[in-house]
Amino acid sequence: MRLEARGALSPALAIAAPVAAIACTLVVAALFVAWAGAPVGRTYALIFEGGFGSRFAWSETLTRATPLMLTGLAATIAFRAHLYNIGAEGQLYAGALAAVAVGGLHGGAALDLPAPVLFAAMIAAATIAGAILMALPAFAKTRFGVDEVVTTLLLNFIVLLFVSMMLDGPMKDPTAMGWPQSVALDEAVELPKLVERTRVHAGLLVAIALCVLAWAAMRLTTFGFEVRAVGANARAARFAGVPVTRTLMLVAIASGAVAGLAGAIEVAGRTGYVTLDMSPGYGYTGIVIAMLAGLNPLGVIAAAVFVAGVLVGADSMSRAVAVPTYIADVIVAFALLAMLVAAAAVRYRVRWR
Amino acid sequence: MIDALAAMLVNADFWSAVLRIATPLIFGTLGVLLCERAGVLNLGIEGIMVAGAFTGWLAVHAGASLWVGVLVAAGTGAVFGLLHGILTVPLALSQHVSGLGITLFASSVASYAYRVSFPNVTTPPTIEPFGEMHALGIPVLDAQTPLTLIAIALVPLIAWILNRTPLGLAVRMVGENPAAAEGQGLDVVAVRVGAIVAGSALMGVGGAFLTLAAFNSFYFQMVNGRGWICVALVVFASWRPGKALLGAMLFAFFDAMQLRLQQADAGAVPYQAWLMLPYVLSIVALIAVARRASYPQALMKPYRKGER
Repeated sequence: MRLEARGALSPALAIAAPVAAIACTLVVAALFVAWAGAPVGRTYALIFEGGFGSRFAWSETLTRATPLMLTGLAATIAFRAHLYNIGAEGQLYAGALAAVAVGGLHGGAALDLPAPVLFAAMIAAATIAGAILMALPAFAKTRFGVDEVVTTLLLNFIVLLFVSMMLDGPMKDPTAMGWPQSVALDEAVELPKLVERTRVHAGLLVAIALCVLAWAAMRLTTFGFEVRAVGANARAARFAGVPVTRTLMLVAIASGAVAGLAGAIEVAGRTGYVTLDMSPGYGYTGIVIAMLAGLNPLGVIAAAVFVAGVLVGADSMSRAVAVPTYIADVIVAFALLAMLVAAAAVRYRVRWR
Repeated sequence: MIDALAAMLVNADFWSAVLRIATPLIFGTLGVLLCERAGVLNLGIEGIMVAGAFTGWLAVHAGASLWVGVLVAAGTGAVFGLLHGILTVPLALSQHVSGLGITLFASSVASYAYRVSFPNVTTPPTIEPFGEMHALGIPVLDAQTPLTLIAIALVPLIAWILNRTPLGLAVRMVGENPAAAEGQGLDVVAVRVGAIVAGSALMGVGGAFLTLAAFNSFYFQMVNGRGWICVALVVFASWRPGKALLGAMLFAFFDAMQLRLQQADAGAVPYQAWLMLPYVLSIVALIAVARRASYPQALMKPYRKGER
């Protein structure tokens, strides 16, 4: 067999392939549900209801989607330039830690600054922390040729241990009764809630705005063009006069900064302090979201809401029927693989000879 | 401190610990090495190790013998490897993304299957793991399980296959210059997929070492980045089995050392700093060898027949 590039892209296929991928995912997940001995139809209905079926469900889904949009965007920006940032998880934690370091109540009092200044300083600290954490592996890649996949992955473990060290040490909340939890954030710099009596916060608007902004930057600016050129063919881009190394460094900084911001927004919008379980793998899920979105920043918004809905829905489903919540991870992971195949099917046809 | 270090280095228990820590890394590193020599990055390793650790342990828990458990783990690895192989070789999808997808899929399936099999357990059920080979009578080695001996024996075996057999030549050719291999009448797809399947089976066994020899139960976080370490070790080893063994031993040496120092310093340095050490050293080692790294020429380059 061999792959043959299709001449013209067929719009019908471009719609049919992802639909087939989702259908395939649902069938495979149904087998897993059936294996657990639960009624498949009811389980799916419960997941949908728990994720999208009510005002409360939507509020929880959008709350969960907020960090996922940002980590998804971080992966999208980097992957577009073929810079594999697998370190969004660590960058998120670094951002969260930096946010509390600046905006937290150390020794019972926050820094003596007006709230808007403190807020700006907190956001700046988080984005810088994330950016540095991605700039280092990008520098090692462009300067020494070290593969960034492995370095960013290993940095995740280092950052998590560092956070753990800080939560045991200088940033420990003395009132948490030994629980590993950081000091609380100053209430003045917390993000306002968007809807009364829900957890949806202003971070959602920030995330959506950044996705739109990134889409426009990719489409309309020279820098966006250079990023796409580097991603499509770095050698050709260099011949055409694109500053490849500088572009990669800027992409790394942008990607890391967005992931760091995700951490600050989680702290300022939802948790109010840093814990070691504040992110159930948002950084890794962000990669799935970026791929589901076809590396399109606008698609990231929809993909993040979909994935968040599945995660939230599975949580509430597993309280009603005996299907482990891990079904959500199975669905999301298989959807990624199916979507990859679908994307290839749109671009290539298989010739059997 | 110096005295403590010296005492540690002449202690047989310390070197036993080094070998024990190195064993899953040797399996995993050899697995990654096989895949990459054939030109395919396999980031599925982390999830494949989790899945192998789980299925091998589950088989033994269900009444199979330990060796059947090892085979089940190898089979699990091979199945996920086949999936990765199909996605990356004939379908030529991104090796990075497919590998990460395999890791997410394999580890979530393992977590799901564990919860379905044991819905209401609070303490993980245990099995009777591989025993130490006391009959051997050789210091350090007699404190190991048979899996460690197999891991060490695999190193010269794989080196011999890669460097001295037509099969190994075929694997190296498809990893260096698939078009030329095709010209010699080799089936690039078959060789690449075969290498990935074999490598992934080794990764599965590496995971099973954790549940069948190092511990006696399955925990969700037990692989804990060992797979990623293996990917780094292969670069450190310049894709050579002998150096891979050396790298795994070196890593295990530092890991065992930090464990001892952690106990010795009685909390003067936060324990997290010690735990960070192996990861930091891996990154430093990667940067140190990067300039001399001789990547397989076709690594991460999908091969599409007839395409220039």
